[in-house]
Amino acid sequence: MTAVASTGAAAFLGRHEGLRNRLPGARVAWVEALRERGASAFRAQGFPTRRVEAFKYTDLAGVAGQVFGEPLTSVDDAPALPDATHPRAVFVDGRFRPDLSTLGELPFAVRSLAEALPNLEGRIGALARPEDAALVALNTMLFEDGLVVDVPAGVDGGTIELLSLAAESERAPAFHPRHLVRLGEGATLTLIETAEGPLNARYLHNPVFEIEVAEGARLSHGRVQQEGREAFFLSTVRARVAARATYDNFTLNAGARLSRNEIHVALTGPEAQAHMNGAQLAGDGQHLDTTTSLDHAAPNCASRQTYKTVLSGRSRGVFQGKIHVHQVAQKTDGYQMNQALLLSEEAEMDSKPQLEIYADDVKCSHGATVGALDADQLFFLRSRGIPEPQARAILVGAFLTEAVEAVAEEDVRAALSRALDAMRARQGLAAGLEEA
Amino acid sequence: MPAVTETIETVQAVTEGGYKWGFETDIEMEFAPKGLNEDIVRFISKKKNEPAWLLEWRLKAFAMWQKMEEPRWAAVTYSPIDYQDSHYYAAPKAGPKSLDEVDPELLKTYAKLGIPLKEQAILAGVEGAGESPSDSGRMPIAVDAVFDSVSVATTFKHRLEKDGIIFCSISEAVQEHPELVRQYLGSVVPQGDNYFAALNSAVFTDGSFVYIPRGVRCPMELSTYFRINAKSTGQFERTLIIADAGSHVSYLEGCTAPMRDENQLHAAVVELVAMDDATIKYSTVQNWYPGDAEGRGGIYNFVTKRGACRGARSKISWTQVETGSAITWKYPSCILQGDDSVGEFYSVAITNNRQQADTGTKMFHIGRNTRSTIVSKGISAGRGQNTYRGLVKISPKAHGARNFTQCDSLLIGDQCGAHTVPYIENRCMSAKVEHEATTSRIAEDQLFYCRQRGLPEEEAVGMIVNGFAREVLKELPMEFAVEAQKLLQISLEGSVG
Amino acid sequence: MLKIENLHAAVDGKPILKGLSLEIAPGEVHAIMGPNGSGKSTLSYVLAGREGYEVTEGSATFAGQDLLAMEPEERAVLGVFLAFQAPVELPGVGNANFLRTALNALRRAKGEAELDAMQFLKLARTRMKTLGMTDEMLKRSVNVGFSGGEKKRNEMLQMSMLQPRLALLDETDSGLDIDALKLVADAVNALRGPDFSALVITHYQRLLTHIVPDRVHVLAGGVIVRSGGPELAQELEASGYAGVQDGTPSKRSFDGSPVAA
Repeated sequence: MTAVASTGAAAFLGRHEGLRNRLPGARVAWVEALRERGASAFRAQGFPTRRVEAFKYTDLAGVAGQVFGEPLTSVDDAPALPDATHPRAVFVDGRFRPDLSTLGELPFAVRSLAEALPNLEGRIGALARPEDAALVALNTMLFEDGLVVDVPAGVDGGTIELLSLAAESERAPAFHPRHLVRLGEGATLTLIETAEGPLNARYLHNPVFEIEVAEGARLSHGRVQQEGREAFFLSTVRARVAARATYDNFTLNAGARLSRNEIHVALTGPEAQAHMNGAQLAGDGQHLDTTTSLDHAAPNCASRQTYKTVLSGRSRGVFQGKIHVHQVAQKTDGYQMNQALLLSEEAEMDSKPQLEIYADDVKCSHGATVGALDADQLFFLRSRGIPEPQARAILVGAFLTEAVEAVAEEDVRAALSRALDAMRARQGLAAGLEEA
Repeated sequence: MPAVTETIETVQAVTEGGYKWGFETDIEMEFAPKGLNEDIVRFISKKKNEPAWLLEWRLKAFAMWQKMEEPRWAAVTYSPIDYQDSHYYAAPKAGPKSLDEVDPELLKTYAKLGIPLKEQAILAGVEGAGESPSDSGRMPIAVDAVFDSVSVATTFKHRLEKDGIIFCSISEAVQEHPELVRQYLGSVVPQGDNYFAALNSAVFTDGSFVYIPRGVRCPMELSTYFRINAKSTGQFERTLIIADAGSHVSYLEGCTAPMRDENQLHAAVVELVAMDDATIKYSTVQNWYPGDAEGRGGIYNFVTKRGACRGARSKISWTQVETGSAITWKYPSCILQGDDSVGEFYSVAITNNRQQADTGTKMFHIGRNTRSTIVSKGISAGRGQNTYRGLVKISPKAHGARNFTQCDSLLIGDQCGAHTVPYIENRCMSAKVEHEATTSRIAEDQLFYCRQRGLPEEEAVGMIVNGFAREVLKELPMEFAVEAQKLLQISLEGSVG
Repeated sequence: MLKIENLHAAVDGKPILKGLSLEIAPGEVHAIMGPNGSGKSTLSYVLAGREGYEVTEGSATFAGQDLLAMEPEERAVLGVFLAFQAPVELPGVGNANFLRTALNALRRAKGEAELDAMQFLKLARTRMKTLGMTDEMLKRSVNVGFSGGEKKRNEMLQMSMLQPRLALLDETDSGLDIDALKLVADAVNALRGPDFSALVITHYQRLLTHIVPDRVHVLAGGVIVRSGGPELAQELEASGYAGVQDGTPSKRSFDGSPVAA
């Protein structure tokens, strides 16, 4: 590499060239070919500009313009860890840290992707294809680790946590973990994922999840994105859900300077279900984007989505959500609601729900609202003696609760509620805190 | 309300031939040579004896168009359009210098189009006809008829002039009221607004012009019938309506074309300007030839319609019933500049056979307390693809703005598609935007219920579809509502059973 | 007038009617009673021609014509009227418009002049008054936002306007209070005459005290297991459907509650 720091797509492509022999799977033919696929797809697409419809509302120029450090970092940092309530896998700057993880004895396999890589042929890039998305392409050429979870058929995997930390450093690292989750027939698992980092550290976290839920299995996936306020979080989840299986995803998208949270779920067998819910909390200077797509590719499937966004300060929220009902997907029941609250004159919300329907015997609807807190409700609370800031906080809490309550799995709900309370406290949106 | 029965009879009488307006009128025409270049633009301008500034304006548009790319973002697919393989000017040779000279063939055309007899008499130049209130006691309708490239007749002009209302072809307005045309032409849809608007600005041939003076309530509905007749011709009409402060006007637009194997391009521009307290109601029943069941032929309808609510408390209301065209690309929009101004969009769009429609609206909220309502009803049948695409944009200063959007789709059969793509951009805290969309089909029990009461299946479907579209149809002037109901049913021919 | 012979019908491949025979002479009112799931509603749907009700064997003729070969609307025009157990909602379709369209479809078929809006309204208002309905109900969309009782009245309004020759009342009494029940009965009784037949399907006896049937049949397991005069209804009221079900006696009273042994 040259001494002059380069930026943009070229910098990442150069990094791929430079690290070719050091990335995990180097000299494993299929891995090299896969990374090459990623590189050529990324070369072709670059960082998407706003002219690309999917990025109409989210400008990645801010990411492309940054100089990021090498992803392969030393692994001896020992950041302070929050308490674990369940078996936990810890990643620091994208690398699995067995020394910090507390997985204990589990009834199924949890491995580091870097270690397991030679045995993972065919499992990477099948669901999250580099050709389909630039951010997946970026991850594919540079992933250095990840979590590989395999719950065998019929096994109840209980709850595990995935904690991704960014270390305190000046290196401005960019890391691209690739996580693979597979549930066999009838298996169950609750996965609670937390991504966080130092408040003022600059880094890029670009995780890609490939998730397979086999027939009759059930995966609850709770996600708390509370990265530092200078971080860039560009995340993609791709899940495939087989007959009678269920995938529940709840994402709390609250941290980072810029966050792009993409969730793509395909219902591929009859009677599969997806519940996708989320909350976005953006404070001053933040840009938070949740983009979902739901493919109904089999009959008799149901999907439910509720997304809530709260914007304060000079912030921007984006929600894009598409429901695609294929011609075979008769008797589809699809519903999506996205609502946003603007708490400041400087906030902006852009919302683009979308229905694409090719089957006639379906029940599909979506709704969207964007507005301020309800003046009547606010007045009512104040008339009962509640001070305005507290009244506002109560109403914001009520607004968010609807999305959290849609989460069926108790562990996930509890984790989310805790994170949400902490977030709101930080933003001054908790009841009784600070004036508006 | 009781129109359905009559509808059905008409439908039965009419549907044996499929598209009822598919006839062709054989009259002597004058064409510009095929192709599109500066000379053609100059030719059109010269034919119309236009002032220099308008020629310059056209040439500027043409230069812009040449640098632009045809938009491809709509959910429609079609083979490339050869812009050089078309006539950009076609006019009846006789040129109706006075109404007496109107070609009898043309009058037959209007008879077939169902233009009211009264108006036909006027078109035929019957002295005094239509200058007194209608015998039936019904509100008369003033008609401007545009045949291929030129406006051939405008009725009730004298009656309207008494109120100071100008209703004429835009060519005539260029001659008679150049200051108004110059002031407003392109002020809502600039030449370079989009590919098709630029094309229209370069080669528009005719269209209607309306000016309603301050405080005047237009005493009758104004209407334009558009007719594409000639082969290998595009139609590029331009309509400009200005409602001065406190005025009120309701304008109707209808259109048909012969059945042909080729695709013909229709790229119109409509500009509306409403000043303080003015109201413009613009209704369209779009029934261009949709092509046959295999998707051969039919009109490519790429239209830019936009209204500016310039004044406080002004209102622009678009109502459209889109049943025709092979491809519809159309987003009648409102720029809500004046405080407390109101924009409305009511739409029914049907796609049957291989028709494709990508239609919707844009509401730009700029002034305070501006309000907009969007009601869209999409009906897909056969192999039709129907997309609602809309934008609601609230600027930071549009305090207290409100939007409500309702998009409903109805699918008939499992070979068609219904799509909803709303864009919501809100930058004002005190604004409120609400959007709802649903998709459904005609329930089997609804169909059975109607048939059990004696209605044949197609009539039952027609009734349920009209019920589905009722919220929009009730916005149409009565005469049009009846017509629209019939059209909905005819358009669904063969989609059931 | 109505003649059903050895009728077998299935829904989703599952046999429901298993050889039902029944004859209703002109001017007669018959009642069909039976426990839930005995096939009562299936019978009315088969006669009216609902899709998904597959006749596998047997015949049904009305006025000498083969009902089963006809489209639903043809049966309606012939004079078969089904009062739905759950009347269907038609959003956006005005009640008056619907009723007038249906009435004129019938009149057209009979070669009679169609009614214009005024004639229709006059007739409708007379009938509505009898049924205790307000004008406002004509303006609303068909059955949309109607209460259960209003829906049933609306069915009776349609029946009294369309003047059928054969009325099939599918549990029209369910969910009605006693006043509404009487209105329904009055509407049916008003039509009674030499050219009118009716098949009253009900779970309970109480409607039959107001519409006194000429014959009462008990349907169980897809066949008629007993027939008799009006007294049979009273007998069932006292003893329940025990012993009538598909040859395998059930220990349930006619209202569905278990019978003390």
